[in-house]
Amino acid sequence: MSDDEGAGPPKPKAIVVGHGEFSAGLVSAVGQICGLADKLVVLSNTGMAPEDIEAAIRRELARTGARVVFTDLPGGSGTIAARRIAKENPGLVLVTGVNLATLLDFVFSSAGTPEEAARSAAERGKASLIVIERG
Amino acid sequence: MPIHLYRIDDRLIHGQVVVGWGQPLNTRFLVLVDDLVASSDWEKELYRMAVPPEMEIYFADIDTAIRDHGRYASDPRPGILITGDIASMLRLVKGVKAIGSVNLGGIHHRAGREAKLRYVFLTPQEEQQLRALEGAGVEVIAQDVPSARARPLTEVLEGEAT
Repeated sequence: MSDDEGAGPPKPKAIVVGHGEFSAGLVSAVGQICGLADKLVVLSNTGMAPEDIEAAIRRELARTGARVVFTDLPGGSGTIAARRIAKENPGLVLVTGVNLATLLDFVFSSAGTPEEAARSAAERGKASLIVIERG
Repeated sequence: MPIHLYRIDDRLIHGQVVVGWGQPLNTRFLVLVDDLVASSDWEKELYRMAVPPEMEIYFADIDTAIRDHGRYASDPRPGILITGDIASMLRLVKGVKAIGSVNLGGIHHRAGREAKLRYVFLTPQEEQQLRALEGAGVEVIAQDVPSARARPLTEVLEGEAT
């Protein structure tokens, strides 16, 4: 039985878009740490034309019902494509600069809305970037 | 030469441009030459937000870019000029007559295009346009990122497709 079939509202799902194997690696790490990789959909933009990236994101959003897209770089082609989709879909939330801490917070989120879950995850991701100069 | 890279890339501004080339070239300004983008405030804002704070971005349609090329070229900061297709770069080259080399950075699969390299797919018309660029005295090199081998046009057109 998946988590979504249990009591309470289904947990939000998200599409993770990145360069190369970045998304697959991050989602694999989420699965290894907590077993909740099924909340995330992997999408690589490698070798894809802009319109194909956009079509792939649209396809996965429709297939999964996800309302959140995580991307790796603010200036990446995945982000550009997701922003085009968000223009027509005000309910879609885009988070750029995703890291592992971001996704771990997201998959465990008990927030009521995808927006709240995304906001919390982004804050956790930012807070996880720490420079430790002396051990 | 202040414009260090003239690039054809159908993704326009993206990671390979702002980071892959932008960092080693110490790029401080981008010129995005695209008629559609230049005519839309929303498109301009979309790409402006994709550029890191240390880079300035100029938007121009092709005619404006031809007119203002001297200003871009005399800017002392390192710059990159980008078009989204070969035809636009060819128009720019013919209008400016001062561009020595063009980087083929990404022309991706679409109906009617044949695979040449992993990141270059061309229609017969686009092949002709690339030959016209060389005919205009421009060196055409395919190279998606600086660490990749630079491939001359003859090699691209032979179509290794890997």
